[in-house]
Amino acid sequence: MNGNKMDLRFSALPENEAFARLAVSAFVLPLNPNLEEMEDVKTAVSEAVTNAIIHGYQGKGGEVRLQAQYDGESKSLCVEISDEGVGIADIQKAREPLFTSRPDLERSGMGFAVMESFMDQLEVQSALGKGTKVRMTKRFT
Amino acid sequence: MRHTLRGQTLTVYLSGELDHHSASQIRQELDALIRDSRARRLVLDLSSLTFMDSSGIGVILGRYNQMARRGGSLAVRKPSSQINRIFDLSGVYQIVERL
Repeated sequence: MNGNKMDLRFSALPENEAFARLAVSAFVLPLNPNLEEMEDVKTAVSEAVTNAIIHGYQGKGGEVRLQAQYDGESKSLCVEISDEGVGIADIQKAREPLFTSRPDLERSGMGFAVMESFMDQLEVQSALGKGTKVRMTKRFT
Repeated sequence: MRHTLRGQTLTVYLSGELDHHSASQIRQELDALIRDSRARRLVLDLSSLTFMDSSGIGVILGRYNQMARRGGSLAVRKPSSQINRIFDLSGVYQIVERL
């Protein structure tokens, strides 16, 4: 088994949060991740997609792109979630645990902290008015 | 939403997945139960909750605040290991008891 990749685009709707994490978990199945690794990836993807919907598009809809690829030899996965929403003014601040721009929605401000802790690597690129791309990698045992 | 009321303790059994999508309905149902039961203690049984992301932290801390305003308390029980890690990471156990 060598490399594999996928590229999905879907509407920025809350019901697609479950769709996105299920799509990724089905995609990584051939790598035989253990239960915990599978939960890690699902949780991280759920956080990133939720951010795109709530913060990127501010609940007004748009399109979320979910790309993933893995290498069968090294069992390493790379997932990218991108939106063309409002972008993040201060990425450092946004990544701080417990920081949220939407306390009114009872958001916990833990999204990036969860992604960072559940994946091996997290990279965030964002431009105001253009959108945000979150890139995460994880190597399975 | 399955629940029991024993004395002043309201136990609610959450099931399925708790994400941003399901959070608003779960929040509404919990608030109605808290209001109607007038319980002083809320116990969330998570044994049938198969998935939760950080949206669940918001729901739990929001209910914690509601119970605290009534002079009450909140506890969780039987979180899966995935959910437990999110609780640990968020510092939820500093204010919410794990049974």
